Amino acid sequence: MTKFLTLKNAIAEIVKNGDTVALEGFTHLIPFAAGHEIIRQKLRDLTLIRMTPDLIYDQLVGAGCAKKLFFSWGGNPGVGSLHRVRDAIEHSYPCALEITEHSHAAMANAYEAGAAGLPLAVFRGYIGSELPLANKDISSITCPFTGEKLAAIPSIKPDVSIIHAQKADREGNVLIEGIIGVQKEVVLSAKRSIVTVEEIVDNLEVTPNACVLPAWAIDVVAVAPQGAKPSYALGYYDRDNSYYKEWDAISRNRETFNEWLQSHVLTQGDI
Amino acid sequence: MTTNNPLTEYTSAEMMTITAARALQNGMTCFVGIGLPSEAANVARLTHAPDVTLIYESGTLQTKPDVLPLSIGDGELCESALTTVSVPEMFRYWLQGGHIDVGFLGTAQIDRFANLNTTVIAANHQETGKDGAHSYANPRVRLPGGGGAPEISTNAKEVFITVKHSKRTFVEDVDFITTIGFGRDGKGRDNLSNIGRGPSVVITDLCILKPDSATKELIVTSLHPGTTKEDVIEATGWEIKFSETLETTPTPSKKELEVLRELKARTEKAHSAKEAI
Repeated sequence: MTKFLTLKNAIAEIVKNGDTVALEGFTHLIPFAAGHEIIRQKLRDLTLIRMTPDLIYDQLVGAGCAKKLFFSWGGNPGVGSLHRVRDAIEHSYPCALEITEHSHAAMANAYEAGAAGLPLAVFRGYIGSELPLANKDISSITCPFTGEKLAAIPSIKPDVSIIHAQKADREGNVLIEGIIGVQKEVVLSAKRSIVTVEEIVDNLEVTPNACVLPAWAIDVVAVAPQGAKPSYALGYYDRDNSYYKEWDAISRNRETFNEWLQSHVLTQGDI
Repeated sequence: MTTNNPLTEYTSAEMMTITAARALQNGMTCFVGIGLPSEAANVARLTHAPDVTLIYESGTLQTKPDVLPLSIGDGELCESALTTVSVPEMFRYWLQGGHIDVGFLGTAQIDRFANLNTTVIAANHQETGKDGAHSYANPRVRLPGGGGAPEISTNAKEVFITVKHSKRTFVEDVDFITTIGFGRDGKGRDNLSNIGRGPSVVITDLCILKPDSATKELIVTSLHPGTTKEDVIEATGWEIKFSETLETTPTPSKKELEVLRELKARTEKAHSAKEAI
């Protein structure tokens, strides 16, 4: 059963050094506030999983929280590179970063397999791609009924998943609306989970097929208003596209990034 | 490059987008990549193909954005969509399930067999030759990676590619095959039953290329007005061949140019506006 904690207490209780952690949200509902709290608590040696590392993992990697990155598309969408991630891969700054790389279809399938309690994901993928040369986890399996060779990869089963959502009711049931990405799958695939929400409401007012995570499937709910900024929360605020463009200059060199880290993360918080 | 008629003056970038838009037919279902493909697909929707179905990998089905998205998951895509599904459902049911007519992709590198590289530019590819594993271990430039492209290219019925033409982009052999065109030898799709027919057209700012029906090597089938064969030869990293029935690409119409420019102006305005809190 879920419990309500402050974001600070949620991260302190759920995330440990060395954990495999997935902070998901496909462009939408990216849990930035939770990411910043991880930075403030100086968690280290994390294996970070995300389909699109986005600015949030550029920040966590730049702050020295990660030893490994597991991803399928690693850019600043529509803008360019993730400079902190590149600096870590290319120059081991602020520490070395190992990478494991997949395609989107592979990671989406692996999350779904994790949620389904299966050891592997099977899909029609990676045909003719050289990604299997770069990632030893990409294998194949032969269909026992048709003989077709299909791609096989291990399912994703993180220690911790963290997502942001629009709202929870007073029991901790959570409603996710809009681009739902892999929000449901990542929570169900993880050992422990945190959901940050814009607000707590008396009634979720759901339609019958809405994307709802029941309270008993979540460990912790934490209120984090505007917790997905500069990404967005449908119905609450828009994606701050100009911030994504500005990030390119902030992250491009170590000094400006470290100044940003100091003024925008380390000296903030305590929600 | 411009024509003499002031009403229909256009840039080579506009020529590329509008030619790419024309490749999409009304009624097609198109899985759209971000950037140039998204621009072209939306121009098609706003001109000759009002009933084209646009699908983005963020799960937005049948979307009709008023401005171009900066990211694959902008709110605009969701709010103007018929419905939005989860990302696993998008890749498993809608793409892998065989519902996509065309995958529309961009790329960082493309080779003569239309293989695409968005993973890594190698430090010393010339010395090591065609070895994706070596390129991956010896990167000069790290690119974003595969995203949706590796499976879009094989699970869509066909693939359109649009990319700016330069020697850096059009290489004889890509440093790394992120996404298959026709493989290192042109035979990568042979004898596979559950695979789309692959790239059918490549649209650049200079010309249109199509794979040769026998060898699958890309050849130039149409030159944009004002472009010479020498321009294309100069911008291509292999000995490019030209079709015996080489055509001249029709110029953009006034309507197409208006639609493209208005779309870009709306987009620019929307993305530069600071969000009001």
